[in-house]
Amino acid sequence: MKNEHLYNYILGIADNSLILGQRMGELCGHGPTLETDIACTNISLDLFGQVRSYFQYAAKIAGDGRTEDDIAMLRKERDYKNVLLAEQPNTNFAYTIGRQFLFDVYHLAFLAELQKSSDLTLSVIANKCIKEVSYHERFSSDWVKRLGDGTEESNQKMQEAINDLWTYTDELFHQTEADKVMVEEGIGVDVTKLKVNYYKSVSELLEEATLKTPESKWFQKGGKQGIHTEHLGYLLADLQFMQRAYPNMEW
Amino acid sequence: MSEEQIKNSWTEHSRSLEKEFDARIARDEKIEPKDWMPEKYRQTHIRQMSQHAHSEIVGMLPEGNWITRAPSLRRKVALLAKVQDEAGHGLYLYSATETLGISRDEMYEQLHTGKAKYSSIFNYPTLTWADMGAIGWLVDGAAIINQVPLCNTSYGPYARAMIRVCKEESFHQRQGYEIMMKLANGTPEQKEMAQDALNRWWWPSLMMLGPTDDKSVHTAQSMKWKLKRKTNDELRQQFIDQTVPQADLIGLTIPDPDLKWNEERGSYDFGEIDWDEFWQVVKGHGPMNKARMKARVDAWERGEWVRNAAMAHAEKKANRKQKQAV
Repeated sequence: MKNEHLYNYILGIADNSLILGQRMGELCGHGPTLETDIACTNISLDLFGQVRSYFQYAAKIAGDGRTEDDIAMLRKERDYKNVLLAEQPNTNFAYTIGRQFLFDVYHLAFLAELQKSSDLTLSVIANKCIKEVSYHERFSSDWVKRLGDGTEESNQKMQEAINDLWTYTDELFHQTEADKVMVEEGIGVDVTKLKVNYYKSVSELLEEATLKTPESKWFQKGGKQGIHTEHLGYLLADLQFMQRAYPNMEW
Repeated sequence: MSEEQIKNSWTEHSRSLEKEFDARIARDEKIEPKDWMPEKYRQTHIRQMSQHAHSEIVGMLPEGNWITRAPSLRRKVALLAKVQDEAGHGLYLYSATETLGISRDEMYEQLHTGKAKYSSIFNYPTLTWADMGAIGWLVDGAAIINQVPLCNTSYGPYARAMIRVCKEESFHQRQGYEIMMKLANGTPEQKEMAQDALNRWWWPSLMMLGPTDDKSVHTAQSMKWKLKRKTNDELRQQFIDQTVPQADLIGLTIPDPDLKWNEERGSYDFGEIDWDEFWQVVKGHGPMNKARMKARVDAWERGEWVRNAAMAHAEKKANRKQKQAV
């Protein structure tokens, strides 16, 4: 492939939205209130809309006849490049919100930079996505505050979720091979530069929510290289089911 | 005035109110939340509107079952949007019902304890992707036939909610038919999947239009209040006459050996509906009644700490604001 780095770079971005969108989609019809149910479905819907823009572009770059669906649903588990955070399960509503919040703060900062990309298509996609993601970030931040500064029970649950998910935050700022090349070409975002502000924003909000910022420095990594947690396989089994069971058909 | 006289004068007063109320409905005027209304009118509307709202919410489950497994990104997005529309319908139907003096929590309580009903069709399982097509095409199709007349019903908040609901439902119906068309024109395996879904959803869809006229208990009163414009049997015939040509067009076969065009009536004759099955499902013994209700109750119970937290947080915030003001 002529533009392999760009292709891999796009997949790295899109897979986060794909896997997180799939997780949010699981909740549809099962939310704690009708309003949050609608909001979570909406976030899922936004993320899948973003995924389509990215994968349609990736398919064009690949130029080998593969479609957005082939790229989304017919790769092997080791070829998914999402961060580990995105694939963590909906253990309870605090985990759902915690995962979303920890990703949204990153996602928003990332898209603000991607808008400046010298690649026009990526810059246009980022410009469209950032409007949606700023809403996601507001939604998840508000809920972290509600649950953190709500009842004793909700505070405990929210704290537990943040503590457990914290180990997956550092990976957001790891650079892949494709990242480095794309940064050099003025196309990609240097994620290492987002780290300081990220932890500052997150800590400030956690404090406002009467939650503690975890002190643990033990972090997990590997998602970007396709070394995932055990959760991903089951998620992919659902995501890929139709394409695997009924190959080469149109829907 | 003696107690007897007060009572008499009150009865007379109610009678004149009721007469004026009936006249307003006859003139096609809308009844609004703060207007006087007979208690039976209020109760009937609470029953029907909350049942309608519950159907939207429970109806999210069979389709939600396929969100994570939709066959393409385009289908996944469309399905998510559709199920989200249903949540939206539930939301404004609950709000419209609340104008009659019942809270959403009370309505949930009635649903969870089995006191309130929801559309029986959602007690059937969604086994294959084709069921997403069949539900859109047939179930939403039958729902539209039931619901279009409600856009002109006498209770204002319900009528206005239904105008929006019907617009979205008609979009869903076309979307469902398009899923079926794609399958029917696809590989033999896809066509078989579509035919199987039609076989399973056809009869329950006919049952959605309600018991036959001679068994229907609410028809006369509902006609008067414009909750109904046609009888169940008329609506069912309309649904069949509209749907059979659509099945023909995409080469699928309606699973009814007695289905036959009746030149004289200008309508299709059709076979006997299995009303025993209908009543079995209505009474709670369909394939998915227990699972659907468990999913709703579980979501509600698992969400309790979240709702409590939101209330506590709102209170804390209000208190802080008040302190600042002082």
